[in-house]
Amino acid sequence: MADLISLSPCDGLLPVTIGSVTLSEDLPDAMTSLAPYAGQEKALSAALEAAHGMGFPAINRSTGKAGARAIWFSQGMALVQGVVVAPELTEFAALTDQGDAWAVVRLDGDGAEDVLARLVPVDLRRQSFKRGHTVRAELAHMMASITRVGPDAFQVMVFRSMARTLVHDLKTAMAAVHARG
Amino acid sequence: MRVTCPNCGERDRREFYVKGAALARPAADAALDEWHDHVNLRDNPAGEVHELWFHEMGCGAWIDVCRNVVSHEVISTAWVSDLGGTR
Ligand SMILES: [Zn+2]
Repeated sequence: MADLISLSPCDGLLPVTIGSVTLSEDLPDAMTSLAPYAGQEKALSAALEAAHGMGFPAINRSTGKAGARAIWFSQGMALVQGVVVAPELTEFAALTDQGDAWAVVRLDGDGAEDVLARLVPVDLRRQSFKRGHTVRAELAHMMASITRVGPDAFQVMVFRSMARTLVHDLKTAMAAVHARG
Repeated sequence: MRVTCPNCGERDRREFYVKGAALARPAADAALDEWHDHVNLRDNPAGEVHELWFHEMGCGAWIDVCRNVVSHEVISTAWVSDLGGTR
């Protein structure tokens, strides 16, 4: 039997710190997308609350906290990170394992906003994008999911196949922000 | 050009893919002339048009965008699913 070695999406690339900003990889224990069936949105939210203590997130918002989070992920879909979703939720929604599909990184530190401002055509400054807010938006030509998870911390996700490009573009922007002092 | 996605809010044009005119599809058994009109013939007005836009870099919603092709003003946007289609 072959001894398989599992590699994370950003294996060998992270963490990296440039100036006051650190980019590191996050490996949530599980990731599952939830797409409620027509008319089942309220029932799904109640079941999610009962099973995992967080409701189905509103558009552009997330619920829960570090370790168990539900992020609005696109039209009619949320992503649950950190916990294995209770199987009884299949009554109300289509559940899809996304565990191996996404690269998840954390951009943390004073100036993280300035780094993202170079790559994302959406206003992610604190006054308009608060903790728990999330967007699906372009990040350097990639379809990203960006969530503010702390005062100066963002979670950024792209398809796993784009992990190296994501790290390259974020590092380039981090260096450019740092060079301005 | 900025387009207001009903989910995501005002976004840059680069986040969207444009499919073309938003048209009512003829019935499957409609006459050949009617299908020919649907597939090939357009009015090309110098004014307001309705188009199907896809928020490709964002939420993945199909949106009916009404815009003025002379002034480039975006007049309205709506979920296609709210206009009688199915999700
Ligand atoms: Zn959108």
